[in-house]
Amino acid sequence: MRTFAYLSADDVATAVQAISTEPGAKFLGGGTNLVDLMREGVEHPDTVIDITRLPLTGVEELPDGGVRIGALVRNSDLAGDRLIRGRYPMLSQALLTGASAQLRNMATVGGNVLQRTRCAYFYDGTAACNKREPGAGCDAIGGFNRNHAILGTSEDCIATHPSDMCVALAALDAVVEVESVRGKRRIPLVDFHLLPGGTPQVETALEADELITAVELPPSPLAATSRYRKVRDRASYAFALVSVAAALEVADGTVTGVRLALGGVAAKPWRAYEAERVLLGAPATEESFRLAAEAELAPAVGRSQNEFKIELAKRAVVATLRQLLTEGGAA
Amino acid sequence: MTSVGTPVPRVDGLLKATGTARYTADIPFEDLTHAVLLQATIARGRIASIDASAAEAAPGVLLVLTHLNAPRLPRMRAFAKGGSAQQTVPALQDDRVRFAGETVAFVVAESQEQARYAAMLISVEYDEEPPAVGLHGDAYPPAKVNGQPPDYRRGDAERALADAAVTVERTYRTPVHHHNPIEPPVTIASWDDDGGLTVHEAAQGGVHMMRLGFAEALGIPRRKAGSIRVVSKFLGGGFGGKGFMWPRNILPAVAARLLGRPVKLELTRAQMYTSGGYRSETVQRLRLGADRDGRLGSIVHESTSTGSDMGEFPEPCAQITQMLYACPNVTGTHRLVRQNVGVPTFTRAPGEGPGSFALESALDELAGELSLDPLELRLRNYAETDPEHDRPWSSKGLRECYSEGAERFGWSARNPEPGSMRDGRWLVGYGMATAAYSSHTWPTFARVRIRADGTAVVRCATTDIGTGTYTVMAQVAADALGVRPGDVTFEAGDTRYPFAFPPVSSSGARSIGPAVRAAALAVRTRVARLAVKDRESPLFGADAATVRAIGGGRLARADDPERYDTFVDVLERAGLGHVEERKGYGVMPFLHSTASGIAPWPVGPLLRVATRPFAGRYSTYDFGAQFVEVRVDPDLGVVRVSRVVGVYDIGRVLNPRTARNQAVGGITWGIGMALMERTTTHPRLGKYTSPNLSGYLLPTNADVPDIDVHFLDRPDPLVNPLGVKGVGELPVVGVAAAIANAVHHATGKRVRSLPIGPAELLG
Repeated sequence: MRTFAYLSADDVATAVQAISTEPGAKFLGGGTNLVDLMREGVEHPDTVIDITRLPLTGVEELPDGGVRIGALVRNSDLAGDRLIRGRYPMLSQALLTGASAQLRNMATVGGNVLQRTRCAYFYDGTAACNKREPGAGCDAIGGFNRNHAILGTSEDCIATHPSDMCVALAALDAVVEVESVRGKRRIPLVDFHLLPGGTPQVETALEADELITAVELPPSPLAATSRYRKVRDRASYAFALVSVAAALEVADGTVTGVRLALGGVAAKPWRAYEAERVLLGAPATEESFRLAAEAELAPAVGRSQNEFKIELAKRAVVATLRQLLTEGGAA
Repeated sequence: MTSVGTPVPRVDGLLKATGTARYTADIPFEDLTHAVLLQATIARGRIASIDASAAEAAPGVLLVLTHLNAPRLPRMRAFAKGGSAQQTVPALQDDRVRFAGETVAFVVAESQEQARYAAMLISVEYDEEPPAVGLHGDAYPPAKVNGQPPDYRRGDAERALADAAVTVERTYRTPVHHHNPIEPPVTIASWDDDGGLTVHEAAQGGVHMMRLGFAEALGIPRRKAGSIRVVSKFLGGGFGGKGFMWPRNILPAVAARLLGRPVKLELTRAQMYTSGGYRSETVQRLRLGADRDGRLGSIVHESTSTGSDMGEFPEPCAQITQMLYACPNVTGTHRLVRQNVGVPTFTRAPGEGPGSFALESALDELAGELSLDPLELRLRNYAETDPEHDRPWSSKGLRECYSEGAERFGWSARNPEPGSMRDGRWLVGYGMATAAYSSHTWPTFARVRIRADGTAVVRCATTDIGTGTYTVMAQVAADALGVRPGDVTFEAGDTRYPFAFPPVSSSGARSIGPAVRAAALAVRTRVARLAVKDRESPLFGADAATVRAIGGGRLARADDPERYDTFVDVLERAGLGHVEERKGYGVMPFLHSTASGIAPWPVGPLLRVATRPFAGRYSTYDFGAQFVEVRVDPDLGVVRVSRVVGVYDIGRVLNPRTARNQAVGGITWGIGMALMERTTTHPRLGKYTSPNLSGYLLPTNADVPDIDVHFLDRPDPLVNPLGVKGVGELPVVGVAAAIANAVHHATGKRVRSLPIGPAELLG
């Protein structure tokens, strides 16, 4: 049998010490992705370090009005948290559109950030995948790529990042706190995930020996009026074709504040800086929304089956902003 | 007080809800060994080399079969030719790879984990060849389509098209579908010391048919097939995917014989996509010709589906077109294109499912051309008699299904202009379609035993595939005996019980029910005969034929219900532990049935002989009308089904609870077919892309609205003494078309390729 060692850590220092001496080790949180990947033979860690007993399960208000979320907070708990629902409704909504209730009860915040693409060719050990086996090629290009990326792709990889939560985190300027035996550091969420380029196997800025300990959300009055909208092939329990996390502030008919991020379109949660730039100071009209969406999606590239996602993404941006304008944020 | 027609809860409901029902995989076995399949990772080519030495040396491994060492196995007789197999080519017989997922090694170990690990150690080198993928190659006619010739012609459809005032010519496409039952297929094979074989199967295919299949595969003469026992007590869904003998059914028995130990094979979800058939993709060209009043003068329905070197199953799409509407000129053709994807098979509502999508979409398009209400168009072409065979229907309540459905749905509120109805931003669309299905009656036998305590046991070798047979047949027997359904136990799923055909093609209730009823009446009459000869009985001297059951296990004189005897007393005085009778039913001399063409030995020849002199008196079909409301997000092209009304003529309803369950399930299948279900294939590699429930989307609860199901509940006395037709497949038929028609009504966009999603509706 394919064996692996199992360790369990009771505190962060033990956990990061363990991984520093076990180069082939992986941290195990909720296991909703890692265990799948191990069963499919995509991941094969020599050691699994169970971190579910680490004291990283709090959701705390910060003095500046922001919120600090422990890395082991379960997705369902975070979605239902009063602070999150009140101050960052888009994040609560994003979490609730992800996976199923059973998976959300298991999945952790840190694990959600680190979840890997659901590209079918990444999972299929007999298919060519540069992410799984650098240099092997990419069967998704020219294959079944309806759900694949349209922004920031390369000729080596067109996979998407599957997380809903991270799309909201990207819009909210979240910061990921990581720790290793070398100390702590803070990585903005928008810089955490990497585009594939020529190295699609390198997916994040996280070093192999680093543990995500928390995600911090800066205060954002804007975020109280925010929404997450997900377009998918069925009403529940499916990955996004396209999703939008948006917050909008309008004064005298002019956009005075906006946050916008897209999911399902790239190897990372896609913060729509270009669209935000177009919108800020522009009249809060459908025309502006469309111009902003066009600007953001201008560099998009469709493949054999996912061309439709470019127009879909634009429309999802417009529809979400329009809804924020006319109906406000979600309750 | 009769039980039939009342919503008796499932007798196995508590077992299933509490997880105590013992499914095949749950059966404990001493000395059990575990097998796994290793499957080809290319779609076409040759195995250049296969090295199993590391696997054979791995811990716990007992046996590794490859084409190099596997026993020689015969080609199986095709189901279409009276056999039990769809894939006739046995596994592990040569170095050829004919589709991705074909079994290339069979590994048996002490534990499933050990077997899985050993399978990973087998190294296979392939010489790849480019596979045939998609319906692009040369088309050829299949030998038979559901027992019928591939081409059907009535009148001269081409000429009538040329003469028609209005024509519609369109091509429709449906993708590959998989059955995806919740329970993976499981086979446990064990040989006893006397050479007898017992196979526990998660089998929809009927234990007797499988017994013959095992005999054929294992070289056991038919006359000794009695040494094979097949058992299948509970099934976690089948839908056609557990219906036939596939290599996965045979290999455990082969390995168990070699090892002298029981072997269990349970498929993984991914292996289910390549080990039990699938519904072929289809391309269907429809041409309709009509006069200005909407009267059809011509229909041409040309269907193409997947062919294979390993067996043949043409998806019989055009057959519904041949019988559904009063049209003098009809051509239906079926063609195949060879692909390297394995053999397709029956999938719930075979033929009628994808066929009705094309036909009923085309009719909607014709209604649009004519500016005619889609329901009115169907009424103008209502077939009062079967136009295909030119004979009366045994029963047809379709007109009432239309009117009842339209009333319940509120069809008259439909504004005919596409895009005209809204609810807030959502576009609202109404669509409808006709449903029809040719459910079958198969020969079935049942044995009913009345025991000394007055309870009864009914035995029949059918399988309860999850439809409620255990419950409904207890009701049928209870009424015939005059006892409460709780006093009757229905036992099924064992070749030791009287013969039954597989419960396929919506045949369960209409085949088993009459046999159970006949046997119950016969055993009741036997008790009555004992009583009337017994001086101590209140019935002494009465005419046994006139003795009536008055409930509670009592038999009374026809002339005086106060004078009665009981089963318990009669048996006690007679000193009998039980009495029993066995009866058969199902050779349908007066009804046309296409079944004779496809039924396997020994049924097929029997049916052919039995039906020949009598064929042509009546045609029998299940009918229905489907009405659907959709909402479409105009920004994003997201479609949600918001209401469904289904009204069905299925003859008498034996149990409204289990019948409604079938209808809701069938409509849900239609929703999946319309909006999300699709198995994708890599266009160059010929491999399924995402063989799992993350890649193959089925409807969730959030996708299924409240469904209003109504049955006419009119017994069809010509079909059988119970008056019951079929319900399993009918509710699937037409739903996808009704949804596509509703989407067109909502948006003005006609989608002719399933499933319908944002990609199809944007732009």
